[in-house]
Amino acid sequence: MTAPNAEGLRLQVDMIKCVGHASCFELLPERVKLDEWGYPIIETDPLPTNLVAHARRAVAACPTLALRVDGKVARQR
Amino acid sequence: MTIMLERGARQGGRSGTLPRLLAGGRRLGEHRATYGQIPLRRFTGEDGRRMLVRAITDAGLRGRGGAGFPTGRKMASVAAGAKRPVVIANGCESEPASRKDKMLMACAPHLVLDGAVLAAHAVGADRVYLCLERGTSIADRLERELAQRDDPVKIKLVRVPRRYVSSEESALVHLINDGDGRPMAAPPRPFEKGVGGRPTLVDNVETLAHVALIAAYGPDWFREVGTRADPGSTLVTIGGAVARPNVYEIAPGMRIGEVLEAAGGAVEPIGSVLVGGYFGTWVPMPDGWGLPLTHDRTGPLGTSLGAGGIVALPAESCGLAETARVVRYLAEESAQQCGPCMFGLPAIATDLAAVAYGRCDPATRQRLMRRIEQVKGRGACRHPDGATKLATSALTTFAADLETHMDGWTCTGVSRDPILPLPSRQQRDRSWK
Repeated sequence: MTAPNAEGLRLQVDMIKCVGHASCFELLPERVKLDEWGYPIIETDPLPTNLVAHARRAVAACPTLALRVDGKVARQR
Repeated sequence: MTIMLERGARQGGRSGTLPRLLAGGRRLGEHRATYGQIPLRRFTGEDGRRMLVRAITDAGLRGRGGAGFPTGRKMASVAAGAKRPVVIANGCESEPASRKDKMLMACAPHLVLDGAVLAAHAVGADRVYLCLERGTSIADRLERELAQRDDPVKIKLVRVPRRYVSSEESALVHLINDGDGRPMAAPPRPFEKGVGGRPTLVDNVETLAHVALIAAYGPDWFREVGTRADPGSTLVTIGGAVARPNVYEIAPGMRIGEVLEAAGGAVEPIGSVLVGGYFGTWVPMPDGWGLPLTHDRTGPLGTSLGAGGIVALPAESCGLAETARVVRYLAEESAQQCGPCMFGLPAIATDLAAVAYGRCDPATRQRLMRRIEQVKGRGACRHPDGATKLATSALTTFAADLETHMDGWTCTGVSRDPILPLPSRQQRDRSWK
């Protein structure tokens, strides 16, 4: 296991924009699983350092621009 | 039916003198005779604003719309924004098991409006949007009462589609900004960036009525009722198998059993009580009799008052069938924006119906559990969280019934008339505009 990145960057998804293309699952299976309807279940803890670049690539590849990598937590529960 | 608000019972915790919220009057004259003028002069200028926010914070008021967030803290965040804030008074009350906001606005409209004016003053807002469900007599009445008043801020009435999720705070902001009453993704949250990109204070109408009372009588007076962490009185809607189903003003900390007794007690043996409306939890009875009701999560299921909808379910009714019906309704009320909610809730509703009506096998039950876990927390708003919380608590509280249903037996409860209220087709809008 690699340590979490220093800036606390997380992979997050806007579920309203997401329509389930699943390219994030293709590019980053380490952090993304699919539910039975094909929508991503994303591990939102801070990314390990070695996955930050891969996560950014997945963000760039998302056809609906639903993915993002940032340090802001979308929702607290 | 006459609308009469009963006095809250005096058991449990400190209870001071109740009712507080409904002592006033329906007309402006009566209201002013009881409560006097809005105490704006006591809070003039920048220092005054800060004093008012501090009074609300010291009072420990928590939001009465369901989440129970500290109102003073929310006001401070909104007031600290870079742009001029806006206030939304949320009186939509789309929760079918609750009618306390409608009751409050019918009995004490000017207390709510005074509270909205004071909240606007506290955060430095120049306008208030009063959001009410469209096509309801309460919206027309409030419009007439608004015309009687001469307020220092502009109060605009917004008629909101009658849909369960349209009363969610980001949905109200969305409706005012773009004419679309569906929830939006966060961030930004309305307190950061809401109406017109301005920091927006969204408060439930009962919360605002308490703001008016705290401004008039002070935080110490407010704390004479309720518990230390959850002070002040609170409105609850008690329904189901009780002698006098109605809206009651109670002190947080009262026990479930005491609350039911305040509503005249049970009219037949009670098997369980739904607390917190349709995003709430089923509490088994009589084991749960002594559970204190507050806006904090208590007990093994994390029960909390939420927006105060309480329904007593007879032991002869089937809690699984009741839950299946409500979860189906909640699935239909999804805004259809997020995949897990759009597809997950109907799937969960179908599995629950299978469990309830005796076509259930262990595989269905397992799939249901898995789906609940998968859907929880994956919407832009909390609609799927609330619906799955209700389903989970039903599977826990009615676990013994579930075993019976699994064996292919259906309980006699499924053929009884439903207890949990749902709006009719005519009371549900199709459009989001």
